Amino acid sequence: MRSDRSTTAPLGLKIAAIGGLAFLHIPILLIFLYAFTTEEKSYQFPPPGLTLQWFAVTWNRPDVWAALTLSVKVATIATAIALVLGTLCAAAVSQTRFFGRETISLLVILPIALPGIITGIALRSAFSMADIPFSFWTIVLGHATFCIVVVYNNAVARFRRVSGSLIEASMDLGADGFQTFRHIILPNIGTALLAGGMLAFALSFDEVIVTTFTGGQQSTLPIWMLEELIRPRQRPVTNVVAMVVMLVTFLPILAAYYLTRDGDQIAGAGK
Amino acid sequence: MTAAVLFENVSRHFGAVKAVDAVDLEIAAGEFFAMLGPSGSGKTTCLRLMAGFEQPTGGHIEIFGETAEGVPPYRRSVNTVFQDYALFPHLSILDNVAYGLMVKGVGKSERRKAAEDALAMVKLPGYGQRRPGQLSGGQRQRVALARALVNKPKVLLLDEPLGALDLKLREQMQEELKSLQKSLGITFVFVTHDQGEALSMADRIAVFNDGKIQQLGTPEDIYKRPQTRFVADFVGSSNVLSSAICARLGVPAKAASLRPEAIAIGTSWAEQLSLPGTVTARSFLGATNRVSVDCNGEKIIVASPAAMPVPEIGADVQLAFSRNDLHLMEEA
Ligand SMILES: Nc1ncnc2c1ncn2[C@@H]1O[C@H](COP(=O)(O)OP(=O)(O)OP(=O)(O)O)[C@@H](O)[C@H]1O
Ligand SMILES: [Mg+2]
Repeated sequence: MRSDRSTTAPLGLKIAAIGGLAFLHIPILLIFLYAFTTEEKSYQFPPPGLTLQWFAVTWNRPDVWAALTLSVKVATIATAIALVLGTLCAAAVSQTRFFGRETISLLVILPIALPGIITGIALRSAFSMADIPFSFWTIVLGHATFCIVVVYNNAVARFRRVSGSLIEASMDLGADGFQTFRHIILPNIGTALLAGGMLAFALSFDEVIVTTFTGGQQSTLPIWMLEELIRPRQRPVTNVVAMVVMLVTFLPILAAYYLTRDGDQIAGAGK
Repeated sequence: MTAAVLFENVSRHFGAVKAVDAVDLEIAAGEFFAMLGPSGSGKTTCLRLMAGFEQPTGGHIEIFGETAEGVPPYRRSVNTVFQDYALFPHLSILDNVAYGLMVKGVGKSERRKAAEDALAMVKLPGYGQRRPGQLSGGQRQRVALARALVNKPKVLLLDEPLGALDLKLREQMQEELKSLQKSLGITFVFVTHDQGEALSMADRIAVFNDGKIQQLGTPEDIYKRPQTRFVADFVGSSNVLSSAICARLGVPAKAASLRPEAIAIGTSWAEQLSLPGTVTARSFLGATNRVSVDCNGEKIIVASPAAMPVPEIGADVQLAFSRNDLHLMEEA
């Protein structure tokens, strides 16, 4: 029996917690720090000097822009596809009863449970077997597989809360299927879709593995960063880009968190 | 005159479950019709067949002379007050009530006016800006009623609308519903498993059991002249006398029902029937004493006025009642 539950944690636990947090966050701070260093070939501590020049250099590098545009485009289109298909799927699974419903639900979630490398290999061999050349669209398709899951997971939880009797009440009052969707279902699942969409965007934006398998010659931003780290030329540019990526992916996740805070957690945020 | 709702041999089976089984029903326009029955007897399914949420697996349904099969809920001039009210949580009370008019394309100011009138009719004026979550159960029930009535349905379906309310509020709502129905002249189809509610409110009652109508008639019919043992038991806790006892009384019948309050304990008048028996139990219920009497192995309940002396347990007594209170039943 635990009789004494004092509010202050033991010292050892405190140190361990601080250590854990430091281990998680110091590398991130280091990334920020080295975006400002004057030394471009290697990362030495402490940095010999601080400068803002790398922001200008990054701004003027066309390869950064190409990678960034590609990533934004892929993420946007994959998210759009996921929003439509994921919502439809969630609607089917939660609003109707049909044979094999549970199985379908499982099959939809599977891509996110599988390691990305499996999804990647599977898609790659499927694309080559079907003679589809690797292109922008193969990347989009690859990303859509896991984006759908994120949207689906968020939507399905909320769909269940839109009880069947609300939909029946709407139909009873004279609304057809489309009006019911627009006036009853959409307002109730709207924030879940927004949250799911933002998460999907963030996931797609920093995806590496599936992209490696399904991309052609183009590099998305994360892939460009990986390549960049290998050759020691203008290294801090990578750090500047990393900061941008962090902001671009962190803000939607934060927003999604606040949007869905009232009730269900952000399903799939763990990937 | 065409019936408001007509069921011809209507069935709704879910696999092996016969939720509604070969039901014939004719509800007159302007009638307050109650469907009474125990849980799982098919009342809700019947209502859903009328609303259009279920399609019959057999038979034919008409609503005001028009075939109802295949007509979706949003094209029926029928509205429902749901058991859980099903108010839209993201809309204000006013928007909830105006919803039916909105989807029909009625202009904003007109439907606001109509919704406010409907709220006033159910005694909730000025509640329009609240959300459903901010109302009490009884208030939500009124909103659900207003939301249905604002569409001026020809038939209003109510699925145990008072089930969630406490006794006092329920009695008050019963009266209000009844007078509302009278003043509007709309056909009400009212589902309940509370026999008192059905008896006090309805013009006619259909008693359901196992998806079938056991008896259809006025409250007085159902209460005083139950035709089956089930109705006798469920509606009025009548005594059901077996054919053996009927024979001893000189009344040839398969079975007969006898209300507990129609029996007197003591010597019978000349024109009365009488039965000997032994008192096995008695309990005081306020206005009456409930006495159980064993007649040849059959238990008969007597509701004896509290002013009358109560025989001791084990005493041999004579039960006396009028032949007119004995109602013959078609089945045992
Ligand atoms: N969609 C369905 N699928 C399968 N069985 C169903 C379905 N709907 C109803 N049933 C069955 O039909 C029977 C009648 O159900 P119904 O809801 O009409 O009963 P009810 O009289 O309204 O009961 P209650 O008073 O508990 O509301 C029940 O046995 C129920 O389990
Ligand atoms: Mg029911």
